[in-house]
Amino acid sequence: MSVIPDTPDPFIRDRGGPAQPLLSVSGLFKHFPVRKSGGKKQVVRAVDGVDFEVLKGETLGIVGESGCGKSTTAKLLMGLIERDTGTLLYDGQPVGERSMPWRAYRRQVQMVFQDSYASLNPRMTVEQSIAFGPKVNGVPGRQAVERARALLARVGLEPKRFAGRYPHEISGGQRQRVNIARSLALEPRLVLLDEAVSALDKSVEAQVLNLLLDLKQEFGLTYIFISHDLNVVRFISDRVMVMYLGRVSEIGPSDAVLAAPMHPYTRALLASMPSLDPNNRTQAALLAGDPPNPIDPPSGCRFHPRCSLAEPVCSQIEPPLETIAPLHRVACLARQPGSGHSAAPAGALAA
Amino acid sequence: MSALVSAAGPAVVLSNLRVAFGKVQVVDGVDLTVERGQALALIGESGSGKSVTLRAILRLFPESRSRIEGGIFAAGKDVQALGKRALADFRGGDVSMIFQEPLLAFDPVYTVGQQITEAIHRHETITKADARKRALALFERVRIPSPERRLDNYPHEMSGGMRQRAMIALALACHPQVLLADEPTTALDATVQIQVLLLLRELQRDLGLSIVIVTHDLGAAVEVADRIAVMYAGKIVETGTAHQVVLDPHHPYTIGLLRSRAEGALEKGARLQTIPGSPPDLANRPAGCPFAPRCFLAEERCQTEMPPVGEIAPGHRVACWHTDEAASAYRAGPTPVRAIEPLPA
Repeated sequence: MSVIPDTPDPFIRDRGGPAQPLLSVSGLFKHFPVRKSGGKKQVVRAVDGVDFEVLKGETLGIVGESGCGKSTTAKLLMGLIERDTGTLLYDGQPVGERSMPWRAYRRQVQMVFQDSYASLNPRMTVEQSIAFGPKVNGVPGRQAVERARALLARVGLEPKRFAGRYPHEISGGQRQRVNIARSLALEPRLVLLDEAVSALDKSVEAQVLNLLLDLKQEFGLTYIFISHDLNVVRFISDRVMVMYLGRVSEIGPSDAVLAAPMHPYTRALLASMPSLDPNNRTQAALLAGDPPNPIDPPSGCRFHPRCSLAEPVCSQIEPPLETIAPLHRVACLARQPGSGHSAAPAGALAA
Repeated sequence: MSALVSAAGPAVVLSNLRVAFGKVQVVDGVDLTVERGQALALIGESGSGKSVTLRAILRLFPESRSRIEGGIFAAGKDVQALGKRALADFRGGDVSMIFQEPLLAFDPVYTVGQQITEAIHRHETITKADARKRALALFERVRIPSPERRLDNYPHEMSGGMRQRAMIALALACHPQVLLADEPTTALDATVQIQVLLLLRELQRDLGLSIVIVTHDLGAAVEVADRIAVMYAGKIVETGTAHQVVLDPHHPYTIGLLRSRAEGALEKGARLQTIPGSPPDLANRPAGCPFAPRCFLAEERCQTEMPPVGEIAPGHRVACWHTDEAASAYRAGPTPVRAIEPLPA
């Protein structure tokens, strides 16, 4: 069935069974050096100790404000930038070692970016762009082009009209469809969508979201869906991960996280969504000011300077990400028994 | 016309405004009135002409490359008739504007304080100290923390939300009557966006400002606007109070916009109701109603004849042949959209 030929590819099929996470990330760090005036060396702690798992067949939404490290995380997962430390296990195999070399990994993990125009080669027709990956991986030219046309048709672009066009000749929504088609050309199992619908108009965004749902079902894909739009994330995700200044503040089933958020930051994010009801407009903003600078994050819990629940203990102890309900993990001292925070629940749940 | 240019008339009146760049008619007959002290949101997708409409109020387009027709009256002045000098006084003095990306709108080589005092000096004869005092008061007004120190910051030293606040302070420096805002919160984070929207609402209330805000985000529009105008392909297809437009829409395009929002999905994972196709190419505008090729109620007449603007209720105006069908389809629930999704053109 696979059009990617090669000799039998040892990497392509499922190994661990459905219970094994498709991707496990642990202890992921990425600091970027910056030079401030005065020559003092500093680092931007873009991703500062992130652990999570992506289960097979799910959609994991990642939300957060600019500077929270969500896009850096995506690039680290793709290997587009090198991680400082941390391990990636793809279906149980450590990525970047002999059992799962980067080349084989990247064939199974693909990415769609926010800027649909910048991510296509302006000197290639859309068909050439889509066929490029398979060709590099040894698919004969004609077969790769055939597959490209089939994918174009699948994403709703009639091959006869669109195959020969260049990126500047089609609209933003159509370009993003091309990018999605290209990401599927190598038959990946995991697709990273980094703000993939954010630049689109609302009516086009809805079309692309529907397309993503269909493709997921048809090809049995797993998605990591990064967005700042909570409505979109709520719509598409099975689980949601909320990031703040390079760390995970809350992760859990999207119904639980977005309907009954445990972390004060998640709460504030939800409260700052504009209301759509003219009779019930937002009265006050829960948070003042902008997110702090990831160069010099606050001590202890990074959210404590903006947090309504903050107590002295919050500036001293960095809250670990702890399970407070099945699958639901929160990094907030006020939710963790025995943390020293006065609002912390009694130790009943601790076991 | 004398009523339109009097000081007590509406803040902004556009009558049959048409703007063309070369052969492309970007704004095609817009009629709009913004009363004093009112906030109006212009919403629509990219290419609908909403930003062009807004900028036409300040005549921000080079005259050699654009053609503006129709009446533009703002803050009691006939904008089309203003000479070069008078136009410069008008911009900032009577009507001012904030932009989507404050980092691009500020000059990077002057401090924010210098740029604000420069604007004040341009419009008024005032001592340096007084101008600085006014700038400081403005910074306090828009709630920039430690304003004294921030006045001496360069734009790049501020965060995005603070820059947008500084931009608002600059726009208010010469006591304009009308504030035009072009996607003021699109580039901001969610938690900062709501702060800026609330600030705009507060300024409208406290200073009696008239505000015209352009946005593609229905939520942002509802948060600040008293009235909403929906634009499509250079025309206003529906106007009304925020209640009328959001809760009782009568134009199929407005309905499509409301339905296609992800929070409108009945349940998670259910398919979203979409508007099929994509906005028309303005260089080849279809005859008749521009929305007809994407409309779930379109019939033959829609393809050939542009529907007139009809008044549904006081202040609620819609340009559609089928307002009743559209409204009842909306009330009936989310199934009127055709199930098939034609290929985008």
